[in-house]
Amino acid sequence: MASSSVASSPVFLSGTHPIASPLISPAPRCRKEVSRKILAVMAPAQSRSPSTTGSVKHAMTLTEKILARASERPQLSPGENVWVNVDVLMTHDICGPGTIGIFKKEFGENAKVWDREKIVIIPDHYIFTSDERANRNVDILRDFCMEQNIEYFYDIKDLSNFRVNPDYKGVCHIALAQEGHCRPGEVLLGTDSHTCNAGAFGQFATGIGNTDAGFVMGTGKVLLKIPPTLRFILDGEMPNFLLAKDLILQIIGEITVSGGTYRSMEFVGSTIESLTMEERMTLCNMVVEAGAKNGVVPADLTTFNYLEGKTSVNYEPVYSDGHAKFLQEYRIDVSKLEPLVAKPHSPDNRALARECKDVKIDRVYIGSCTGGKTEDFMAAAKVFLSSGTKVKVPTFLVPATQKVWMDLYALPVPGSGGKTCSQIFEEAGCDVPASPSCGACLGGPQDTYGRMNEAKVCVSTTNRNFPGRMGHKEGQIYLASPYTAAASALTGLVTDPRDFLR
Amino acid sequence: MTTTTTAAAAVATASGGALLSSPLSRHHQQRRSSSVGSPFVAIAKRRQHLSSACINLPNPSPRFSPVVAAAATPARSSTSTFHGPCYVVGDNIDTDQIIPAQYLTLVPSKPDEYRKLGSFALIGLPHDAYPIPFVEPGHETTRFPIIIGGSNFGCGSSREHAPVALGAAGVRAVVAESYARIFFRNSVSTGEVYPVESEAVGMWKECSTGDIVTVDLAENALINHSTGKQYTLKPIGDAGPVVEAGGIFAYARQTGMISSARSD
Repeated sequence: MASSSVASSPVFLSGTHPIASPLISPAPRCRKEVSRKILAVMAPAQSRSPSTTGSVKHAMTLTEKILARASERPQLSPGENVWVNVDVLMTHDICGPGTIGIFKKEFGENAKVWDREKIVIIPDHYIFTSDERANRNVDILRDFCMEQNIEYFYDIKDLSNFRVNPDYKGVCHIALAQEGHCRPGEVLLGTDSHTCNAGAFGQFATGIGNTDAGFVMGTGKVLLKIPPTLRFILDGEMPNFLLAKDLILQIIGEITVSGGTYRSMEFVGSTIESLTMEERMTLCNMVVEAGAKNGVVPADLTTFNYLEGKTSVNYEPVYSDGHAKFLQEYRIDVSKLEPLVAKPHSPDNRALARECKDVKIDRVYIGSCTGGKTEDFMAAAKVFLSSGTKVKVPTFLVPATQKVWMDLYALPVPGSGGKTCSQIFEEAGCDVPASPSCGACLGGPQDTYGRMNEAKVCVSTTNRNFPGRMGHKEGQIYLASPYTAAASALTGLVTDPRDFLR
Repeated sequence: MTTTTTAAAAVATASGGALLSSPLSRHHQQRRSSSVGSPFVAIAKRRQHLSSACINLPNPSPRFSPVVAAAATPARSSTSTFHGPCYVVGDNIDTDQIIPAQYLTLVPSKPDEYRKLGSFALIGLPHDAYPIPFVEPGHETTRFPIIIGGSNFGCGSSREHAPVALGAAGVRAVVAESYARIFFRNSVSTGEVYPVESEAVGMWKECSTGDIVTVDLAENALINHSTGKQYTLKPIGDAGPVVEAGGIFAYARQTGMISSARSD
């Protein structure tokens, strides 16, 4: 599906080159505690102690190690089905009510969740809407959290002004990170396919359905098949016109929307080590667009610094062994990449941004878990700042979370003489940043802000461009980095950000 | 088959290979259609939360008689053969096309909303490519019990609403070249549809919407009576009994993996 002009892309398949052992930083250690309420649901585990980060006879990948520990097994291999202890279960207003329905039906009206401190419930999808059923679904979450005394429920009651709801966060995947629920070495499940976002923290994170989530809610366990790992080694200095979004679009274009199906994707290399946590999230967020079960970036000092002050839970990172077996290794020289887009209607429909310079667009959307973080808006602001001109098409800004929204009004943009993102956006003629939520990334109810209610052409920093994804079936979505999105807003055409960042 | 991520494999192993007998087939259709008077509900009322006592070690002789055994389900002539007109789609049919996000406010565990989800199944397919509606306007169910598709069926979101919408609309089996992982798992976990893989690539190009087909899971075959062609299917394997039971919870109870509630 990749366009022919990128066939000579700088992605090189290597055989099974042994690569340098992964960066292992000193890390906080503790013995992980797992629920003892459920003893076993199948064959009892062998009595040897679980594997650790130390030397092992059976080399394992990062993902295999996490799942070995979580299933209390000394070792395991791809293809094995194991029961895994879950550290955190996340659900939201779209799948939470159904999950709760299944939990109650299967475990009883008076049943209690397996661990009230390990369930995180985040209303984020359909919040600022007059849709009664959407509003009801948030009420269902609230009632359940009250009944079960759920520790982490990020509620919103006053829809007229999100700022008077201090508990409200916004997009679940970013809120999970900002609130300290993402921790290296842990297992995080969520009723959302982009739960894989948390793999940025060197943990196993994947999306599940309501029925599986209902089971986890009652037992704290899930049956998983161990995925083999595809390893992506990204080296080279990141050009100043690229963002992590370009990297993942490059990779999805390479392996297609099903190239990662049933597989884990591990990202390593000097480029990855240089990325911020937010950029690592962008990378891991979209592994599901390649069909992958999970994506991981090994935890390092960047990870530990991000977590500083965010969590008091002890965690224990793990790393792929030097001789771990990978299904395939891909090497990418990042210094040779160019800004990319995914053309309608598939995330693997890759093209160079400059190849699409004649595509006229109607709007630009900057938001979502993939492209609505503080760093994403900072990047867009950088383009607007260096241009000094106004946008030519409506430009919608939807911060992922309340914290991101506040950052837009508080943090100075580097090189701007102290201006904030919001000031720069205002000067560029963008829409006022909206209330934080998933917004129009997935269309949503008719009155959702930024929703494509007509057949428009949109450049978007979101993660999917399937037919109808942002509302209208005939709408066309070009997925792009915040740099490319901002550059396109300034011209009204799909635009390579180098036109402004040089 | 490469797609045995589900509970099926381990469940079958854990239960000593005690598989289901056919009289329980499709009970979940009945279970779904009425929440009141369902044996499932009656059991659920008695059930307490799962403590360690409620999940058993594998036991080849289930000590708990399956919840569904009480269901007065008429035996069907065949539990593994589905017959009727098929609806044909291409590669990469994502969950936004199966059930667009605006309908996700419907909660599948509520019976009336479950039925509504069925009425919107595949409503996100583009009109130009798919002029025949999967569910006729004003109807709740489809006249196509079988869907034939290409590769990567069900990609995208983890919304369980997708297999639920298909099952609620009356789909019994999807036959595609391959599935997105979460869709496959959700199909089996819910027991809503059989996600069957075809051996050959390109079957969907040789079939047309409305062709009369038979899917025979026992024989691993799909016969297109309209074209006279026959295709080989990959065995559904251990996932089959889980779908047949009505999903992982029903299956786990039938096989004794989850016991009944404490009898207090």
